[in-house]
Amino acid sequence: MSLSHYIYLATILFSIGAVTVLLRRNAIIVFMGVELMLNATNLAFVTFARVHGTLDGQVIALFVMVVAAAEVVVGLAIIMAIFRARRSASVDSANLMKL
Amino acid sequence: MTGTGEAVGFWILGTLMVVAALGLVFVRKAVHAALCMAFVMINLGVLYVMEQAEFLGIVQIFVYTGAVMMLFLFVLMLVGIDSSDSIVETIKGQRVAGYVLGLGLAVVMFLALGSITLPATKGLEAVNNPADGGGNISGVAFLVFGKYVWAFELTSALLITAAIGAMVLAHRQRLTEKLSQREWSQRRVRENTYVAGLPAPGVYARHNAVDTPALLPDGTPSELSVSRVLVSRDQVATPITFHAAEQAIEAEIEDGSAR
Repeated sequence: MSLSHYIYLATILFSIGAVTVLLRRNAIIVFMGVELMLNATNLAFVTFARVHGTLDGQVIALFVMVVAAAEVVVGLAIIMAIFRARRSASVDSANLMKL
Repeated sequence: MTGTGEAVGFWILGTLMVVAALGLVFVRKAVHAALCMAFVMINLGVLYVMEQAEFLGIVQIFVYTGAVMMLFLFVLMLVGIDSSDSIVETIKGQRVAGYVLGLGLAVVMFLALGSITLPATKGLEAVNNPADGGGNISGVAFLVFGKYVWAFELTSALLITAAIGAMVLAHRQRLTEKLSQREWSQRRVRENTYVAGLPAPGVYARHNAVDTPALLPDGTPSELSVSRVLVSRDQVATPITFHAAEQAIEAEIEDGSAR
């Protein structure tokens, strides 16, 4: 088994995350799709670090994790604020700017 | 290139991960999706450890499954556990278009990956086990606090901004003063509504709990006496379940008086 298998796995996970973002209506599940995409890129980073024999990729993956954590905190707070105002966590119900 | 153990682990974990990730797309309930996601993240952590990124693997399990997914579940519970997804399409053909785009993305990336060859794997044995005795964690620490120290400092600013932002977004400003018990009672009298307060729940002889509505003089349950949350969840007890027992008791009393 070569290391490119890991990259292929990351590709599959990234695509599934993208499909989740495109298809689901629940804002929380859409958010999980974004998280899945971030995790897939992390897997690619870690694999490339191993290919190149340096730890830089692992450090970048660590920073991606930190940014993802910050993003989750703010995103979930926004979902909570929308839910409080509109009593719904569906991405379709936030259509205030629609004519 | 890699050992048999790693190959076996990869194929088992990889298959499970893809199945669980597909659950994210197809599962109806948000809680099930969250569980699928947590499963994927734990497996990713194990994969990291297999890929000689021990520190990242442990952090993945701590930060993602421990903190981020719990945050997700927390918000799910606040938003309402029953908020399952609607399958009504609001944009025509969006479902098909989404599948096609996702599949197209996968195909494009697969083709791109197929056309390249990765350089010969150097492996992390040399950097993870240097002569001075440091391991993976020391190696990562040397980079984080050395080459990438500026990014690390910026990260702290980002985290503080995110925390403050979440606090601001989650904060609800009270528009009016909170009423005390005395003011509530005064208001009831002034408005002349429910002067004696709302009816209290739970006045059945056999059952005494908040899910039991008070009965009005004509025997019908009073909607005012139970929380509307219980009503919408369909968890309100009805007196009908006690009718049979009540009739049995009444019959017994009548029997006794006849004797």
